[in-house]
Amino acid sequence: MDFFLLLLTSGIAVGGIYALIALGFVLIYKATSIINFATGEFMMIGAYIFYTCSVLFGLPAIPSFLIVMAGAGLLGLLVERTILRHMLGQPTISIVMVTIGLSSILMGLAEIIWSSDFKSFPALFPRAPLVIGDLIIRSNLFWGFIVALATVAVFALIFKYAKVGVAMRATAGDQLAAFSMGINVRSMFTLAWIFGSIAASIGGLIIGNIGGVQPNLGGIGLKIFPVVILGGLDSIGGAVLGGFIVGIVENLAGGYLDPLVGGGVKNVAPFVVLVLILMVRPYGLFGRKEIERL
Amino acid sequence: MTDQEQALPILRVNNIEVIYNHVVLVLKGLSLEVPQGKIVTLLGSNGAGKSTTLKAISGFLPLEDGAISDGHIEFMGRNLAGLQPHAIVRQGIFQVLEGRRVFEDLTVEENLACGAYIRNDREAIRIDMDKCFSYFPSLKNRRKRLAGYLSGGEQQMLAISRALLAQPKLLMLDEPSLGLAPLLVDEIFAIIKEINEREGTTILLVEQNAQLALSISSYGYIMENGRMVLDGPVDQLLNDQDVQEFYLGFGDQGEEKSYREVKHYKRRKRWLS
Repeated sequence: MDFFLLLLTSGIAVGGIYALIALGFVLIYKATSIINFATGEFMMIGAYIFYTCSVLFGLPAIPSFLIVMAGAGLLGLLVERTILRHMLGQPTISIVMVTIGLSSILMGLAEIIWSSDFKSFPALFPRAPLVIGDLIIRSNLFWGFIVALATVAVFALIFKYAKVGVAMRATAGDQLAAFSMGINVRSMFTLAWIFGSIAASIGGLIIGNIGGVQPNLGGIGLKIFPVVILGGLDSIGGAVLGGFIVGIVENLAGGYLDPLVGGGVKNVAPFVVLVLILMVRPYGLFGRKEIERL
Repeated sequence: MTDQEQALPILRVNNIEVIYNHVVLVLKGLSLEVPQGKIVTLLGSNGAGKSTTLKAISGFLPLEDGAISDGHIEFMGRNLAGLQPHAIVRQGIFQVLEGRRVFEDLTVEENLACGAYIRNDREAIRIDMDKCFSYFPSLKNRRKRLAGYLSGGEQQMLAISRALLAQPKLLMLDEPSLGLAPLLVDEIFAIIKEINEREGTTILLVEQNAQLALSISSYGYIMENGRMVLDGPVDQLLNDQDVQEFYLGFGDQGEEKSYREVKHYKRRKRWLS
């Protein structure tokens, strides 16, 4: 039973972090209908910026964190303005290829700037693990979870209540109608990329804090993909639930099944769940189904 | 119609040509004027270029690969050339698109908030929202519902309310009667008239329902094949034989056939080609 609870809690904690990274996909997809395959690399860049600020320049955690957000926002802005704006109206497959190309470029850049060596972070959070009864949760994981959920909540609130959030949802729903309201649709696209990049980079920072940084850190983006599809590409709530499901399934499968078959189930299990759920709900758990009036 | 001449034009479309995809000439030297505070109707058969005219004014043409290749559009004395659609809305021109185009995933209230996007006076927006609910009481009970679940009539009411919240100087309505039951259409037109009288909003109306549109307007334009073919004060248009026959559906009272029919055919062809 204790073993189960241990797997469950670490699954939830990891799931919260997955949810944040999934949000990086969702924020961009919602507004622009583009799946950004470079989301993982946005994470990696975020982690490296933090590493640079805190280790190389010796800045304290909070200023480093703010610089990560600013840097990630700038990255999103540049990518949208210089590359994707020119791809407007092009076939989806071309745009997808562009984001895949972008991910390779970012990975290469990271290797040039920071080399391919493993870099570890200084301790960000209090070292003492969290103890609840018999349960012990690693402090990096616990605090990572808290930061991830807080970030998700901030974005969810912006989308629900802030004027700019409502305008972004309107743009996602009907671009021409959004134009007719006086909404600057192109700047909404830019903003979506900035938001998506910030969400991903904070995710990268948390992952980097747990396991260190390498240029291939972005590979985890692929693992987040089941999370995004599960929840429905355009739903923030779906991203959160998808994150928890994948985190928990992964940890339970890893804990119980891996010892039986000799490993590997942990990585496959999320995809098995993904296929099963998509068979029942092809648009994901919370994905948008066209509203049909009766 | 003496006051017609007194009112200054708020919008002046001067001899514009619109071209799509660099090849297709849709508007061929079209001019129109909308006087301050009036309702002006633009009539024409399908494909005459009515919607294109509105899109030229609101700056939507580039979004559809169209462009104004000649002539210019002046709003309150200012040339609109080169302004982006969102900037034109900020000038005070608001278009209610054909087919309502409410944001289906947003609630009624959020849709209204989008209408007020260009404004920052929160208190006044609240008051204006309540004013919309007094124009359209059925929206009030549904303010927290998703707009996608409203009926077609309610969606049209929402689309017009959204426009009201933008406090436009010129409101352009593209076929507000489209797909609505006759009773609802009458109601919507009565409210359009009321908005014009109470808020003083200048309105440019594009309609298929000529009779109804002319009944609330003071001036009308009839266009065909990308050109204006006739314009005048509404009472003059209503007495025009061609308008009566081809737009209002009053038939020629039978009588002789022969050459008269040939002439009739030619006239008809000119109107409907």
